[in-house]
Amino acid sequence: MNEQVDIKKRTFKDFETDQEVRWCPGCGDYAILKAVQMTLANIGATPENTVFISGIGCSSRFPYYVETYGFHTIHGRAPAVATGVKLANPDLDVWLVTGDGDGLSIGGNHMLHVLRRNVNMQIMLFNNEIYGLTKGQYSPTSKPGTKSPSTPLGSVDLPLNPCSFALGAGARFVARGIDTALKALPQTLARAKDHQGASFVEIYQNCIVFNDKTFEHFTNKKEAANTQIHVEHGKPLVYGKENNLGLRFNVEKFTLEKVVIGEDGVTEEDVLVHDETNKMLAQLLVEMAAPEFPVACGVIYCVPEESYDVAVHNQMEAAKKAKKADFNALIRSGRTWTVE
Amino acid sequence: MNVQTSAGDFEELDSVVVRFAGDSGDGMQLTGTQFSVVTALEGSDLSTFPDFPAEIRAPVGTTFGVSAFQINFGSVEVSTAGDEPDVLVAMNPAALKVSLSGLRKGGLIIVDEGAFNKRNLDKAGYETNPLEDNSLSDYQVQKLDITKMTLESVKEFGLGNKDAIRSKNMWTLGLILWMFDRPRKPITDWLEQKFAKIPDVAKANIAAVNAGHAYGETAEVSSNLRQYHIGKHEEEPGEYRTVNGNQALAWGLVAGSQLGDIPLMLGSYPITPASTLLHTLAGLKEFNVMTFQAEDEIAAICGAIGASFAGHLGITSSSGPGVALKTEAIGLAISTELPVVILDIQRAGPSTGLPTKTEQSDLYQAVCGRNGDAPVVVLATSNPEDCFNVGIEAVRLATKYMTPVIVLSDGYIGNASEPWKIPDINKLDKFTVNFHTDPEGFHPFKRNPKTLARVWAKPGTPGTLHRIGGIEKSYDSGHISYDPANHQKMTDIRAEKILNIANDIPEQSVSLGNAGGKLAVVGWGSTRGAIHQAVKRARGEGIDVSHVHIGNIWPLPRNLGDLLKSFDKVIVAEMNKGQMNNLLRAQYLLDAYSLTKVSGQPFKISEILDCIRDQAGENK
Ligand code: SF4
Repeated sequence: MNEQVDIKKRTFKDFETDQEVRWCPGCGDYAILKAVQMTLANIGATPENTVFISGIGCSSRFPYYVETYGFHTIHGRAPAVATGVKLANPDLDVWLVTGDGDGLSIGGNHMLHVLRRNVNMQIMLFNNEIYGLTKGQYSPTSKPGTKSPSTPLGSVDLPLNPCSFALGAGARFVARGIDTALKALPQTLARAKDHQGASFVEIYQNCIVFNDKTFEHFTNKKEAANTQIHVEHGKPLVYGKENNLGLRFNVEKFTLEKVVIGEDGVTEEDVLVHDETNKMLAQLLVEMAAPEFPVACGVIYCVPEESYDVAVHNQMEAAKKAKKADFNALIRSGRTWTVE
Repeated sequence: MNVQTSAGDFEELDSVVVRFAGDSGDGMQLTGTQFSVVTALEGSDLSTFPDFPAEIRAPVGTTFGVSAFQINFGSVEVSTAGDEPDVLVAMNPAALKVSLSGLRKGGLIIVDEGAFNKRNLDKAGYETNPLEDNSLSDYQVQKLDITKMTLESVKEFGLGNKDAIRSKNMWTLGLILWMFDRPRKPITDWLEQKFAKIPDVAKANIAAVNAGHAYGETAEVSSNLRQYHIGKHEEEPGEYRTVNGNQALAWGLVAGSQLGDIPLMLGSYPITPASTLLHTLAGLKEFNVMTFQAEDEIAAICGAIGASFAGHLGITSSSGPGVALKTEAIGLAISTELPVVILDIQRAGPSTGLPTKTEQSDLYQAVCGRNGDAPVVVLATSNPEDCFNVGIEAVRLATKYMTPVIVLSDGYIGNASEPWKIPDINKLDKFTVNFHTDPEGFHPFKRNPKTLARVWAKPGTPGTLHRIGGIEKSYDSGHISYDPANHQKMTDIRAEKILNIANDIPEQSVSLGNAGGKLAVVGWGSTRGAIHQAVKRARGEGIDVSHVHIGNIWPLPRNLGDLLKSFDKVIVAEMNKGQMNNLLRAQYLLDAYSLTKVSGQPFKISEILDCIRDQAGENK
């Protein structure tokens, strides 16, 4: 569609708007905004062909702060609005911004279907395990026992694992990032953008006001090397400060297990190599929780398949080729008669 | 059934009402539809009323599993499916039981005697066989063993018993074709085409049609079977077809899309009685019509709104319960001032209500049913032909004024068929849909000073980058604004924009009678035909009464208040508990008489006529 009119290299600053950013000081959203603006600059995004679409919640203010087209919609429904945008114009590059409440509670149904349909867009789910904008109630990803205004004695329901949900819904691209990982996150987002289809990226985001440090046990910079694993296709699942920790497949138990290379006769050969096309492995990786396991980040699963918007347009084009659009003939089809 | 003259063997009638009733599996809808087509081809005016259960296949033989199809046809103007059938075809005891009360005294009942066995009588709740106990003495009854005669007529084709029995609707159709002197050829052609791949079935069905017809031809004079002739209805010259409301509405939207050169995107979720809109539009891809069967009603409209944001016209189709789910999203479209067309094919409510029965009870929902001050345009359709025009108008108004437009149709109009003079799209008025591309002084809520519509700049356009959403926006910049005075101004302008549309729609006219006088009957939607006939008859009786039919529900036509006040008395007739009546009262302090009906069945002409006589002081 539109030619790229401006070929000068943009920087992240070109994707800032003149709007005052209204998140709480210290909110993880600031870092994610920066990472996204950097990603847009890095991938050479064209502002007029880029659309940010969000639902409701703290994260969903995002579109106001990115100098592209943007649509701040209603609670939970952004995936459906974004699907409509892609159907009308598949050439637009659509980024969806949602949170754990918006995307997995009120909008869980739409999230399921946008992933299942494989609509070509990047879906960033900011997971802070709490409702921020409505002042601190627990969310579908809150840990059991979370005390909040609506659960004064602690929450008693079991939480959802967003990446596991995405895999279950049939997502063909599942990745994970952390708000403050300013180097890793833009790389993951660039991969998400490259992927043709629905790319699901869960981003752990710290809500400094209502749920501060909930991810501290694996995001703490000092310990991060031992509590996170950044997976890369074709590379061994090795991590740790000394690079001597790894993941091995336990065939008897059908689980992953943590091993120390060089101990108990474990060698590098025993460690699994990441295969982002293996759904079973992806399922095991996304379920790993700290401190027993490192938290998996990066591109965990990626198996492209024709996206819904492309398939719909292919059908449209085929139908247009097969049949001439003759409205007068259409309304005269079937049995007609003439009154003289 | 007014008998005019006796010409030879035929009795000449000016109009007749026939009701086909049977079990859900007896194929009565098909029989009725095919009879309608032949009738239309023969030049009669007609109106149909398919009346079927919500269950796909209710238990065989039960009263709640009865499926009926009523057709009123004549050489005179026909505008309803008829108050009382003159002829009832009852394929089993349950069908007789359900339909009998509506039948005209003295009318003809044709029954399949073969189906009146103990089991079926029990299922229908008959203690004694009505064919034998004299309970039908007010009617002419023609007992025929249709099942047996059908089986005989198709014997040579070697069908299984079940398939063979299925042809009994075609046997019946053959007989009715003979009765009303209609040709068989369109039916046999259709059967050959429909069963082209299973020639034995085609042949058997054709044999059944022929056998039914032959039975009539050889019927004894002493029987109740007679042949009637209904002449052609004087119509304007032109090419005609039959069309039902949902089909015409879908085509109207496509016509609007062609006339305004704007691609359509329908987001929809299946619901009775609106699903055929989705089915029809899904087959029209070559007209740049895209359809999206969403995961739910909310996603359906949200997809439509997304498409509108991206420069298509988003449409969503549903019925009352589905529109309720879409309410928040309609608010988003109002706030972001994006065009979207919402089709509400009303059914009886509240909640699931009666999915296959008709009602006009979503008027409040359409006009008032949202949080905040949230005005939209509301249009109502009155018959299948009107659906086509309303479809075009909805596209025009939505895109010109950047607003949601709700179209209120209903299950009766949606399913009913009528002859339609086929228009020529090249003779319909085109209109321009503008996309804003000029970066100079751009902001997304910049308005056209005349229409008050905001500019429509679609993503992909350089220089008009913008962000919109449901938070209040500044009048001057389009940015988020929490300023109290600004919210007042924006709320005012959203209301003014919609009210201003009253200057872009026709003034209210009187569809029958005078613009002023003693009495007016006001109606909207599918009651049009019944009110028209009632007013016509009352005027024939010398009553000073006029018919005002409102198509523009919101904004109301600018002269409507004055027009209604020029009558001494006003009746508002509608199929709800008085919603339009209250709206008119609120707008014009009009003290009208509210005539309402919510039985899931359309108004009878006689019900309205009675009310007219009462209000005119003629019923003593
Ligand atoms: S409430 Fe929490 S998530 Fe929301 S802006 Fe403040 S810190 Fe961020």
